[in-house]
Amino acid sequence: MDNAPLVIDVAGINKRFGDKHVVKDLALQVREGEIFGFLGPNGSGKTTSIRMLCGLLTPDSGRGTCLGLDVLTESAAIKRQVGYMTQRFSLWDDLTIAENLDFVARMFGMKDRSTVVDKALDDLGLSGRRKQLAGTLSGGWKQRLSLAACLLHHPKLLLLDEPTAGVDPKARRDFWEEIHHLSAAGITVLVSTHYMDEAERCHRLAYIAYGTLMASGTAVEVVTGQHLHTWEITGTGLQGMGEALRALPGVDLVASFGATLHVSGKDRDALEATLKSRLRDTPLKMTAVPPSLEDAFIYLMQGSQDQFQG
Amino acid sequence: MNGFSGFSFSRWIGILLKEFIQLKRDRLTFGMIIGIPIMQLMLFGFAINSDPKHLPTAVVMADPGPFARAYVAAMRNSDYFKIVGSVNEREANDLLERSKVQFVVTFPPGFNRDLVRGKPPVLLVEADATDPMATGGAISVLNHLGIDVFAQDMPGLNRPSAPPFELRVHRRYNPEGITAYNVVPGLLGVILTMTMVLMTGLAMTRERERGTFENLLATPATPVEVMTGKIVPYILIGLIQVTLVLLAARWVFNVPMYGNLLLLYGVVLLFICANLTLGITFSSIARNQLQAMQMTFFFFLPSMLLSGFMFPFRGMPEWAQVVGNVLPLTHFLVLVRGIMLKGNGVNMLWDQVWPILLFMGVVLALGLKTFRRTLD
Repeated sequence: MDNAPLVIDVAGINKRFGDKHVVKDLALQVREGEIFGFLGPNGSGKTTSIRMLCGLLTPDSGRGTCLGLDVLTESAAIKRQVGYMTQRFSLWDDLTIAENLDFVARMFGMKDRSTVVDKALDDLGLSGRRKQLAGTLSGGWKQRLSLAACLLHHPKLLLLDEPTAGVDPKARRDFWEEIHHLSAAGITVLVSTHYMDEAERCHRLAYIAYGTLMASGTAVEVVTGQHLHTWEITGTGLQGMGEALRALPGVDLVASFGATLHVSGKDRDALEATLKSRLRDTPLKMTAVPPSLEDAFIYLMQGSQDQFQG
Repeated sequence: MNGFSGFSFSRWIGILLKEFIQLKRDRLTFGMIIGIPIMQLMLFGFAINSDPKHLPTAVVMADPGPFARAYVAAMRNSDYFKIVGSVNEREANDLLERSKVQFVVTFPPGFNRDLVRGKPPVLLVEADATDPMATGGAISVLNHLGIDVFAQDMPGLNRPSAPPFELRVHRRYNPEGITAYNVVPGLLGVILTMTMVLMTGLAMTRERERGTFENLLATPATPVEVMTGKIVPYILIGLIQVTLVLLAARWVFNVPMYGNLLLLYGVVLLFICANLTLGITFSSIARNQLQAMQMTFFFFLPSMLLSGFMFPFRGMPEWAQVVGNVLPLTHFLVLVRGIMLKGNGVNMLWDQVWPILLFMGVVLALGLKTFRRTLD
């Protein structure tokens, strides 16, 4: 896959809204057939970045290509080959399922629309409900319908903006099965998400915060790239321990995971010494574990906050 | 089931304050609350006058003798008439048809001579009676003027109870003073203003509010396709509305139709386009459907009151007429009444058409400036 051609190849992309610098010098490379995860806290510029990639917004500066087409000048041609699924359900509530699909097919100038729509309905398993208004569908079904709508014109690149927000776990799992299926068929997928399990399902990731790209690579690369050392603390009397540890020397990050506590730091020895002395008289146990993706992300998020607020 | 059980005053204050905070944030609603009463006060208090004065009047002077001149001077002094000049018969008719004057007063040849001889001459007053309300006061004044003027100038006579001439009033275009003749064609404009501005305003903001606009823009559809595709249905709706009103005018209200029907539809199309342009501009400024609706109302109110639809245009003070002249409805009313009741032809319309075109151009420029092509 490393030799596959680049579907998205942009650098130095900037976008400002008024005096807000929403995306700063974004550089992104996504290869064909890849599932590329786009992560970052809320308001970090993910949606704006995606909108620039699919030609909805024009970058203020920068250069690059999407599907071999210039993102600054050929947005119309890009739109024709990209499937973009918006964060919010953006099909028409007051059209039926079939009417929505038919309308989208028309927008993309598809021939033989009724066949295309019938096939999409069959694949969705919604043939029997084709006359139902789209607005009356449940969240999971709306999401599946949206995906079907952006696949109608056989795009080579899918841009999915938080597609699984507010969808139940079963529907999410099915959705990701479908994404992998599409990827196997050669479609490139760029998907933004907040869920760690979804991030781990991606081939490669990028982490963006406050408009700046903080890290990118495979999940393992992103985690090792932070050079974190993590101890897992378990046992009874864990309450309050997180707060107590946070300010101690060597501790860069404390994250609670239910019955366990992840404590991470860059300085392995300092962290270990701190933990040992602090836990000596408690019934708590500590074990060195490999840092998880979530540890890495929370660490990245903290770092970016320090950078932008401190 | 006591709604007041456990009524918490501080909770209640909290709800009250939240409402005020939200109201303060919504600038447009706030503007409505303050603006609408002020606007209504100004319009109803100052602009509207159901006894119009200073009505433009042309004089056809076939016999410019002293009595005729004295009578014209008295008309001018009465405040009801604004003498715009002396013209010949043909010009006078043209002015009336083009709605440039409200009255034409014709002094026949031998007016002075007949007066002196005690043989009552005929003073012909032709009134544009398309709006019966606009002429009533002025006509009743004409009789009194005749008595007063000639009582002074012919002291030899005893003060008469009737003027020494025969005042013949022709209420042209609407001889029986039927209000429906005026109101029904006017309604055409009012209905179109309301629906066209509102519908287009809502159609665009609805897409934006629901987030479907983003989807539309993500497809290869171009802005021109989106705009025109969304507007044309409303042009058709407008034409259907016009047809309904015209059918009702013909068969229910018996309003005559002297002009060319095709010409009327042409004028209607122009007016629809002007209103649609405004609707689109509103929709590009408004952030949601409520705001689009409020903006429409802001425009609709003066359109109703200052255009000459509800109250005689010439009865309004100068400033109100200036404002009224900006509104497309004002000119559309003259056009529709001109075509339907006066049988105006193409060559008589330009004076009212260019202000509508100008309005359209300015609004369109404003709209294009604010139209957000993409989502930023």
